[in-house]
Order: sequence, then C-alpha cells, then structure tokens
Amino acid sequence: MPLIIRANTPVPQVEDDHWQLIKHDTETMQDDAAWRILPLAIWQAQRAEGVLHANSHTGVWIGASDEYEEIIDDLLALPLIAIDFPSFRDGRGYTVAFLLRTRYGYQGELRAIGDVLRDQLFYMHRCGFDTFAVREDKDIHDALKGLTEYTIRYQGAVDDPVPLFRKRAMEMADFNDEHWEP
Amino acid sequence: MYRYDQYDITLLEQRVAQFRDQVARRLLGALSEEEFLPLRLQNGLYMQRHAYMLRVAIPYGTLSSAQMRVLAEIASRWDKGYGHFTTRQNIQFNWIHLEDAPDIMDRLAEAEMHAIQTSGNVVRNITTEQFAGVAADEVMDPRPLAEILRQWSTMNPEFSFLPRKFKIAISSSKVDRAAVRSHDVGLYLYRGEKGEALLKVLVGGGLGRTPLLGSVIREALPWQHLTTYVEAVLRVYNRYGRRDNKYKARIKILVQALGVEAFSAEVEREWQQIKDGPATISKAEYRRVAAFFSAPAYEDLKVPAQLAKQQDEEPEFARWCKRNVHPHQVSGYASVTLSTKPGSSMPPGDVTAEQMLAVADWAERFGFGEIRVSHEQNLILPDVRQIDLYPLWQLARAAGMATPNIGLLTDIIACPGGDYCSLANARSIPVAMAIQQRFADIDFLHDLGDLSLNLSGCVNACGHHHLGNIGILGVDKNGEEWYQLTLGGQQGMEAAIGKVIGRAFRADEVPEVIEKIIAVYLNHRQQDESFTQTLLRIGIQPFKEYIYPPELV
Repeated sequence: MPLIIRANTPVPQVEDDHWQLIKHDTETMQDDAAWRILPLAIWQAQRAEGVLHANSHTGVWIGASDEYEEIIDDLLALPLIAIDFPSFRDGRGYTVAFLLRTRYGYQGELRAIGDVLRDQLFYMHRCGFDTFAVREDKDIHDALKGLTEYTIRYQGAVDDPVPLFRKRAMEMADFNDEHWEP
Repeated sequence: MYRYDQYDITLLEQRVAQFRDQVARRLLGALSEEEFLPLRLQNGLYMQRHAYMLRVAIPYGTLSSAQMRVLAEIASRWDKGYGHFTTRQNIQFNWIHLEDAPDIMDRLAEAEMHAIQTSGNVVRNITTEQFAGVAADEVMDPRPLAEILRQWSTMNPEFSFLPRKFKIAISSSKVDRAAVRSHDVGLYLYRGEKGEALLKVLVGGGLGRTPLLGSVIREALPWQHLTTYVEAVLRVYNRYGRRDNKYKARIKILVQALGVEAFSAEVEREWQQIKDGPATISKAEYRRVAAFFSAPAYEDLKVPAQLAKQQDEEPEFARWCKRNVHPHQVSGYASVTLSTKPGSSMPPGDVTAEQMLAVADWAERFGFGEIRVSHEQNLILPDVRQIDLYPLWQLARAAGMATPNIGLLTDIIACPGGDYCSLANARSIPVAMAIQQRFADIDFLHDLGDLSLNLSGCVNACGHHHLGNIGILGVDKNGEEWYQLTLGGQQGMEAAIGKVIGRAFRADEVPEVIEKIIAVYLNHRQQDESFTQTLLRIGIQPFKEYIYPPELV
C-alpha cells in the first residue's frame, strides 16, 4: 500500500494511504468501493450524470490552473481535496490551499500531490495542507524531517494565523494610544 | 539598527542547519541539482562562470561596523580578499566553494546576517535609500516599515515559489534615491494633511528585458495596512502571473496584460478580505521596531569655522566635499559617500577586505558604528561630524575611497558582467574601466556635472542601464561582445527609461562614443543645464547625427 505523511496529528507520521489517486481520465478505476480522488473535471461530469455515489469515499484533486471557485460550495462537503503541484517550483498550490482554508473554511483533509518534496513540506503545512503524497522516488521517512526543522515563523499563516510580532507584544507593555502616529 | 532577539536568532540558526543538511544531501546525491537549485538560490548561492557566488543580504543597505568586519573576514577566509556591492544594496562574494557555504552562513548568523532570499523567485532584499534616517530632505524614516516588511517576507510560506523574483523598495524623501519606480512594488511613504503616515503604492516597475516604470495602484494607504496590502498584491500575482515563459513572468507583465485598473481592482478585492486581519501592523510593533532606529546621541554642534578654510586651501578636499558630502538632519553633521569607483584600480562596487576593515573603523571613529550601501554601489558613513570631514577625507584618500565623483560620469553602476556571471553576454568591467580611464580628468568631470552612466552585461539589467542618463547594454552578436547605448534614462521622481540611439559598438569603440555624446552635450548646453536638461530640450536626434554620420547610415 502506498504511504503518505500525515501532519494533523500530534507528531507528523508516515501512514498507509487508502485513497486511490485517479490521475488521468483514461485510467481504469478499481472497484467501486475504493476511496478515490478524482480529477475535478471527471468529478463534475460524474455528478452531472448522477453516477457518483458513496460521496464520503470520493475526493477531488485540483490542478494548478483549474477553476474551482464557482463550485466551491460543493467542494467544501468533500472529505478530501488534493492540490497538484505540477512542479515543486510552481507555487500556485500554496495560494489555492490558503484560500480553501481561510477564505472558504474547508475543514476536510487537504493533500499535496504531484512534485511533493521534503524541502517544501514546511511551507505546504503552513498553508493548510495536512497530508503529503511525497514523490514516489523519494524516501518518505526522510521527507518527514521537513516538517520539524523550524519552530519560529515570522508571519501568520493557516497553521498559526498570529504573526510573531503579536507574540512579542505579549512580552511587552500594552500600547493603546489611539491618537499615536509614526 | 535593528538587533536580533532570541526569535530572530533561533530562526536563523534553524535556517543554517537546514541548509547545511541540504548541501550534505546534494553532495550525497539525495537531492538532484534541479531540486537543489531553488534551495541554494533562496540561500543566496549562484553558480557562476568559475565558482559559486554568495550574495549576502544587507537589509535596506544598513550594516554595523561589526558586520562589515565579518564581511571582510569572509572575503579573506573564503574568497579572494574582496567583495562586490550590488544595486540591491547587498554584497556578493565570487569565489565560494559549496562545501564552505554552511560555515560562512554560520559566521554570518553570529553577526545577525544571512543570505536568505537574496536570489530565487521570492521577495528579495527590501531596499531603501542610503540616507534613510539622516537625509536633510527626509519626510519620515522608512527603515521601521522596511524591517517589518523584511520579517513578513522572510520565509513567507505562500510566496516562496512565485512566478519570478520580486523586488520591493520604499522611500520617504523629497528626492527618490531608491529607484522606487523600477521595482515590482514601489512605496512612497508620506504625511497626509493631518500628519498621518500614508503610502503611495506602485506596482509593475522593473528593468530587464521589458523595462517599465511602476504605476500607482493605491494612494493614501494608512501605514498599518502595508503588509496586508502587499500580501494582496502577491496573492494576485502568485495566482495569475505567467509561469510558461520566464521572460514574461514578472508582475509587470501581468499588470500590463490586465491593465492597471483591472489589476488594482483585483488587488483591492483581495485586500478587502484580509484587511484588518492579524497581519495588520500594530502601533506597538511599529514602536518596537522604530526604537531600534531612534537617533543616536548627536552632539550639539555648529558648522565648524575651519571647514571653509580647509576647502580654500585644498581644492581637492573642496571637490570631495562638493560631491561626496551630503546634508544631514542634524546641525554640524554630514553623511559621506566613500566612492567604490576609483577608476582603473578597481571595478565599480568592488571593495577589498582591507578597505572593509578601514571603513568599519572609520564608522566607529567618525560616527556611531553604522555603514550604509547605496544602490549606486558606494559605501556611506551616515553620521560624520563636519569637524571630522578633513581627517576622514585624508584617510579615505589614502585607502583609495575618496574619488570625488559621486553622481558624476565615472560613478558608474556596473554589474560583474562576463568576467564572473554566466548569464552575461558581454563583459562589463573592462568597458567601465576604459570609460573611467578616458574621463580621468576630475576638473572636466566636475564641469560636466550630474551625469549617470549605467552598464549591464546582459538584458537582465543588474547594472540598471535603462535608468542611466547614458546606458550601456552588453549584447552578443555571433559570439562577439557588442554594446548598445541608450540615452535619457533617469532615476528618481522623474524616472525615465533610456532610448536606444542606434547600432551597437565594439568594446574599444565605446569610450569614443561616450566622448561624442559629451561633445554634443557641451555644444548645446545653455548656462548650468545638466546633461538631462539639455537632452530633454534638444532631443536625441543631434546625438544620433553626430555619432552616426549620415553618409554611414
């Protein structure tokens, strides 16, 4: 069984993955009971045809340039949304994740798929991803280390929206003069 | 100056540890060169022609004497005894071994310095002008907001893989000395009618292949909203900026494609969603950061009586005072520019380890231990007592750093060019030096007055050639080095992109062409007109006609 990293646990861990990722529409799908992550377009088509069932076992993956905001309400009900990184240098997926979590309040599992590598996991996690399908040729146990290299963050993000300066302020005296200007 | 607390120090230590591990994995082969590339770039390491180049960040061009000594140490210990100051107010070392880079970064971290995001498709070093906090014409000190932006942009998780590099500059003086309009985001900080601190936000400036000046997308943005507003700009860029062609990937292309109004409407829509969120800068945070930049213990001084006498007796000193000494906010003080453009002895922007150590000493002896870097690649002592100008001048002259040419033709901005850089199409340094040699007569230079000459070895425009009154661009023609000239570029509030005058020249022709340009200017100059004023009045045609005689066209 393939492995993923899960980070929405007290300590990030490697675990078995029971989801089947359907990367292309030509792929034959395994039996109906499988938990599947469908391409956005196929998921939409199947829904339109009414052939989609077992919704709790269906996730969707979004490509970096897919338009997803028009059907956002339907996506929010899904147990899993995956965001594809066509290349680890393509940073659009970070913004998609940020928007899903903060703008639309998506609560389900948010998974990074595609060119997912150790040295980007920290940033991905900060933007709201909680599972990571690390690229197959890489050692997933080594990649786990990418989530524990930092304890300090300057700016707020999905994992912790409070920027460092507000934590520093708690160590200082209050300042509340409403008329003060730089 | 901003000083690190335990948070800043810990973050930096973790960054160096991470990079040390990344280098080890690269050397073992666990990371491919393709995978390693953006990681090393985001730590300031470029692969150049002969070796790795390490670009160390000098946030908004401010460093202490202690930090300058560490740069000198790096130059002597791990490089060939010199460094090159850049147009982003950073410093580059050209002969670095990859294996040494983590140790160098440890040494930098001990001095509260780093190389984070000096390269790569991320927010780069935030720049401002070299006289921030001391300029006589300053409206507000831009450094607190620059530092707040530095922290906000450092390892920002959402914007670490942007379509392309992203440069931000902030200025708050009557004269823009930070080239704000040629930045991806340019910021003018000013006071509103009630004295409130406001920002004018420009987007879409940039040089390179498609030189453009930024357009205003927001007026009167209250200072508290700086970070959320920049976040909105970056989010729109990260979503919609082109990624299919690296030459079309800067934000300026997106702004151009959408149109300024549609782009700013998009930003405004995004901003409304995050406005007043936790990233909004608090007064407490501004005050905390601003406290690091509070004025040092200036003495109550008058303009020294002997200064005029010293200038009368030593015309060379008088010339230096005229060009290299700048007005200060505090009576009896001045800022001094130490020229890194001596002419044929050193390439523009290059400073030896010995000179760095000397500058560090002078900054302590004649100031408060602080040094600035200008985007023209010179070094500045911001707080010199006027009574000390003469002894400082003597020392600087002995060290080869008192060339009285600031703002003059030989104060050339130049990239390292083909001698070092693997992107370059042509060499910059020999051409710059040949021009400096041709115009070595300092009296003549002073008579010419303000005249900028900027030189880039390729279209990436690290030498800001588009903004030079005279711009020179190295181009490759069938494997040969050629140089294309532009006229009419200008930085500042009246910024302008230079126009190409005609066919390119060989390196050995360039000094003579510059002489011809100067001859046309002198021929047409009325009274005290500057080069730019004359050019604006007579247009480019008289220059073209003289440089390219009609029978040859």
